[in-house]
Amino acid sequence: MDWLFLTEVFLAGLGAGALYAVTGVAFVLIYKATRVVNLAIGEILMLGGYAFFGAAAGWHLPAWIALPVAVLSGALVGAVVERGLIRPMLGESPISVFMVTIGLGSILAGFVQVVWGADPLRLPEFMPSAPIFLGEAYLAPKVAYGFLAAMLVLAACVSALRFSRGGVALKATAADQGAAYSVGIDVPRVFSLSWIVACAVAAGAGVLVGAIGGISPTMGVFGLSVLVVVIVGGLDSMVGALVGGLLIGVVEAFAGTFLGGEYKFLVTFSIMILVLMLRPYGLFGTHEIERL
Amino acid sequence: MRIGTLKTSYAADEALFDTRLQKLLLVLALVAAVLFPFVASPYWLFLACLCAINVASATGLNILTGYTGLVSLGQAAFMSVGAYAVAVLEIHVGTPFLINLLAGALVTALVGIGVGIPSLRVKGLYLAIATIAASVVLHFVFSHWSLTGGARGLSMPPATLFGVALDQPFQLYWPIMPVTVLMVLGAANLFRTRIGRAFIAIRDRDISAEVLGIPLLRYKLMSFAVSSFYAGLAGGLWAYFFRVVTPESFPLVNSIFYLAAIIVGGMGTVLGGILGAVFMTMVPEVLKFAAGMVTPFYPDALALLAPVRTIVFGALIVGFLIFEPHGLAEIWCRIRRFFHLWPFKT
Repeated sequence: MDWLFLTEVFLAGLGAGALYAVTGVAFVLIYKATRVVNLAIGEILMLGGYAFFGAAAGWHLPAWIALPVAVLSGALVGAVVERGLIRPMLGESPISVFMVTIGLGSILAGFVQVVWGADPLRLPEFMPSAPIFLGEAYLAPKVAYGFLAAMLVLAACVSALRFSRGGVALKATAADQGAAYSVGIDVPRVFSLSWIVACAVAAGAGVLVGAIGGISPTMGVFGLSVLVVVIVGGLDSMVGALVGGLLIGVVEAFAGTFLGGEYKFLVTFSIMILVLMLRPYGLFGTHEIERL
Repeated sequence: MRIGTLKTSYAADEALFDTRLQKLLLVLALVAAVLFPFVASPYWLFLACLCAINVASATGLNILTGYTGLVSLGQAAFMSVGAYAVAVLEIHVGTPFLINLLAGALVTALVGIGVGIPSLRVKGLYLAIATIAASVVLHFVFSHWSLTGGARGLSMPPATLFGVALDQPFQLYWPIMPVTVLMVLGAANLFRTRIGRAFIAIRDRDISAEVLGIPLLRYKLMSFAVSSFYAGLAGGLWAYFFRVVTPESFPLVNSIFYLAAIIVGGMGTVLGGILGAVFMTMVPEVLKFAAGMVTPFYPDALALLAPVRTIVFGALIVGFLIFEPHGLAEIWCRIRRFFHLWPFKT
């Protein structure tokens, strides 16, 4: 076996996995606070990529302005969706809320096609393109910077959850809603906050994903891989999203290299079935979510 | 509750259609269904067949999701199993049309039981996700197995029934419509039997159902089997209708389509499955018609058709879930109630 080649595949997998992990964290944030399985996360990610494209290529803004524009538009969508679609569904069965997010995904995908057309597009280049070598292994610069950015966002999310007021409130809400209410936490605001932050993070991830693979209205399929990631990691665990994301990224990279691209989904979904059968709450999830 | 429906015999109490008006309407509908192919254009017959196939599949999903409470996002994948089974039988074995349909449905029921096995371990959304995984695996199998023709799929000869080749919507209407009617009647009757009642008990609360002596695993698997039997039959009809089966014929979006159809129609009512499937099948056609209407004023309308269809599809799901969670069937019931009570209450 060629160790150099294996290392390169492994690094590329880690790079892709970091993006899964970030999107997975966005998913987990929403699930933790509101118990909503948000299948539209892939489409929100896609919207972030398109918002960046619109700002950078449409309005000719520099990348350092376009990136906040994309993130803010994600946050805005999150706020509107939470207030308009998710809040009225409070107390309904989880399945109904789940279907609402599927409908939302469909609306967003259609909206993007109406505005920007159905053809795949390339984002303007905004990352340095000098090749990067770790030892002897070559790493595509976009993947490397994507990995770094993803890790920064992850670290920010984890520390915000641990140290900031809002993060602690979110954890309290996740642990026990009634108790959170009784110590004076504004639970509906926590719901809003979690959606806003999660959608902003997903939109930011969308810019990274779009920079590496281009953007298209079918980018929402990314959401399916993220679903695998969070199921494997555990729906309510940040660590699970991180580990699951990197794991699935690496597994996909190896499956794609040695078996062929069409085996990627087969392998990851088989892993997911295995996890569902053996540990339905995921590798790091809380056991009680099984009853959902 | 209606005034003056006094039952004097058990037969009257058990009847599926209990009022004279209902029976009259039913007869009228049947006569209309028989006369329809003689007056309608091929386009309308095509739509009628498509609606019937979707009604059959949506009714199957309704048994599983609406009545047993097991959410499945694999209905399209089950249909593909039925379609491929029928196509393989037709091409390689050459057995007659109706036997192929039945065999395809039975094969699909077996696959459904296999997919349903996780249902005792995982519930709710986890089960929905497990069925997504199953459809990914099935898609992979169909696009890599030499028997199913790989990515190119299979092309079928037209079906023959009593020596007549069924290759036009006019001829295909004759097998498709009666089969669908039978399937819907079967579903309506299923929920008057022990098995159907057990399904409903499981939906309402599985633990109390188990306490009542309903073996959960057996009945959940049975629900999967019945539901995928319906899907397989619908898939078989689909295969004979389009005569080409490829792995891309039944994408995940179609599974969402059927789930959306029973949400829009109303979960847990047979009427809901029918109304929802017909409604969701007709919406794209209405949109196409509308696009044709505005083309003279706005030439790009046809290019916008596909994305607008996607948006409307999503908006229908969201709108019905938020504003009318019981679906079209509930609207229909409200209209009926109005006329039952009229003029005493308005």
